[in-house]
Amino acid sequence: MRALMVGLALLVPLAVPQQYLVTLAMLTVTSAALGQAWNLAGGFGGMTSFGHVAFFGLGAYVAAIGQLHFGLSPWLGLPLAALVGGAAGAAMGAAAFRARLRGSYFALVTLAVAEALRVLANSLDITGAGVGLQLRLAPGLAQFQFVDRRLSYLAALILLGLTMAAASHLGRSRFGARLAALRESEAAASALGIDVVWVKTQALALSGALTALGGVLYVQTYLYIDPSIAFSPQRSVEMLLVALIGGAGTLWGPLLGALVLHVVADGTQLLVSRPGVAPMMYGVLLLLIVALLPKGIASLRFGRRRNA
Amino acid sequence: MPGFEIVAASLAGGVLTGGVYALAALGLTLIYGVLHIVNFAHGALLMVAMYGAWFLATWLGVDPLVALPVVTPVMFVLGWGLYRWVIGPVSRGEDRAILLATLGVSVVLENLALVLFRGDTRSIETALSYQMLELGPLLLPLSKVISAGVAMVLAASLWAFIAMTSTGQAIRAVAREPTGARLVGIRPQRMFALAYGIGIASLGAAGCLLLPSFYVSPTVGENFVLVAFTIVVLGGMGSFPGALLGGVIVGVAESLGGLFLGESLGPISISLTFIAILLLRPQGLFGRPGEAGR
Repeated sequence: MRALMVGLALLVPLAVPQQYLVTLAMLTVTSAALGQAWNLAGGFGGMTSFGHVAFFGLGAYVAAIGQLHFGLSPWLGLPLAALVGGAAGAAMGAAAFRARLRGSYFALVTLAVAEALRVLANSLDITGAGVGLQLRLAPGLAQFQFVDRRLSYLAALILLGLTMAAASHLGRSRFGARLAALRESEAAASALGIDVVWVKTQALALSGALTALGGVLYVQTYLYIDPSIAFSPQRSVEMLLVALIGGAGTLWGPLLGALVLHVVADGTQLLVSRPGVAPMMYGVLLLLIVALLPKGIASLRFGRRRNA
Repeated sequence: MPGFEIVAASLAGGVLTGGVYALAALGLTLIYGVLHIVNFAHGALLMVAMYGAWFLATWLGVDPLVALPVVTPVMFVLGWGLYRWVIGPVSRGEDRAILLATLGVSVVLENLALVLFRGDTRSIETALSYQMLELGPLLLPLSKVISAGVAMVLAASLWAFIAMTSTGQAIRAVAREPTGARLVGIRPQRMFALAYGIGIASLGAAGCLLLPSFYVSPTVGENFVLVAFTIVVLGGMGSFPGALLGGVIVGVAESLGGLFLGESLGPISISLTFIAILLLRPQGLFGRPGEAGR
């Protein structure tokens, strides 16, 4: 019932003629999708990543390079980006979890990976180095470029649906139960015969694949990508913030978190346009949520934290 | 291939910068060793110290070396207060909450700097800016030599403070055994705030020492936070000699990376060193096995 109502509410922007409002809705839904993708590993699996933008940037570059250098259709770029993002997540997970990196160390390694990728993208010819890559303007379904923002919104909505489906699966499946078990205690989970490294690696790969799709949507919307956009630490913070505000490891948390974050940040932006003020709210919100509502807003609404 | 003299000069420059890095990293390793927290706000707080030194130099004409005795205690008070009123209460001692709280602090500080100073990069010129020290075949910037020297003196005094004074002993007691320390009348929370303050004070000094040869911008901390963690992880979290050696290694790696890989690709040497250490020897050069991954 709740899913149906939220689903219907999310369709409303498709009927809104003001492109500006639809753009705001698109940004919010994209944030929610990326936050949910982070949540799959960071919330359900307890793997706090500070560098999830690595997957986002990889996805964006795969799609852009595919179109510019290999004439690859963005429709093929989508699965390819997911594949690359998933592979990157698997490689990162296999290496980090085999070395038993957890907590802060894992967070720092993800940050270092994102930073290494940023430096690499800044130096290679194929990524256009610091100049970045500009897609040719070719509006239409064939090139996945939409003049009407409502179609971009629809694409973001579909990505949100995918990530929500994945999160819902984690809430119900045996795999999700294993993931939750090792989040609470790796020692206990491994004593029960759960292959800790393998389960965590799979979760990170899934999260990476979906995050990479977000990168493709970005590049198809703005037709431009450069290293500081693709691998901006601020986007990593936004992803974890969206999940934490709403409630890490919950199904509805990221959607709730994205709404709150965008109302607060965009509202601040409207009131004070000076650069820095709106992103400063990210830090303030993060401190407030950690201090006052460590389990997120979802823990308020539903009383007890549900394992879904 | 660059000639011998260029490589040697770059090596020496790396060692000198590494000496100052080591001072900042000592602060990080002290905070970790005592509070067992990963202070993600370290880079942002260094940025604050650098802006402090920049402000004094540009508006009051104070040389950063003269400003150091002012900026350092101010940073101590800032760190102490930050722990006492923000990080301590917000995190309630949980690892993940502390990590996120220090991330929140760094996001706020970085954007506050953006609000106050815009995104421009700023630098200063001091009386020593263009003076070089001739050391055999090497030409070294005098200000870097002085900075590294001052950093080593300060590092030694920090070590002496922790090792020899009764306050230092109390800090070590809390680090080792908080409950036992409480039983003999030491208040752990007070020592935690003190240790955090000292750790941030080392950034005050490092900021003043780095400013003559570095640009400052609101995002300078983002680059530095990985540098500091690489040093500390390399040397072993909580290890004093490890931070010194790690600082020099990272300074050299950065310098040689820039020389051999070029300006744009050079910085990758830091992130790759960091990833490699954590994957291959997470306890670092001097750390005990099993300490990583907290």
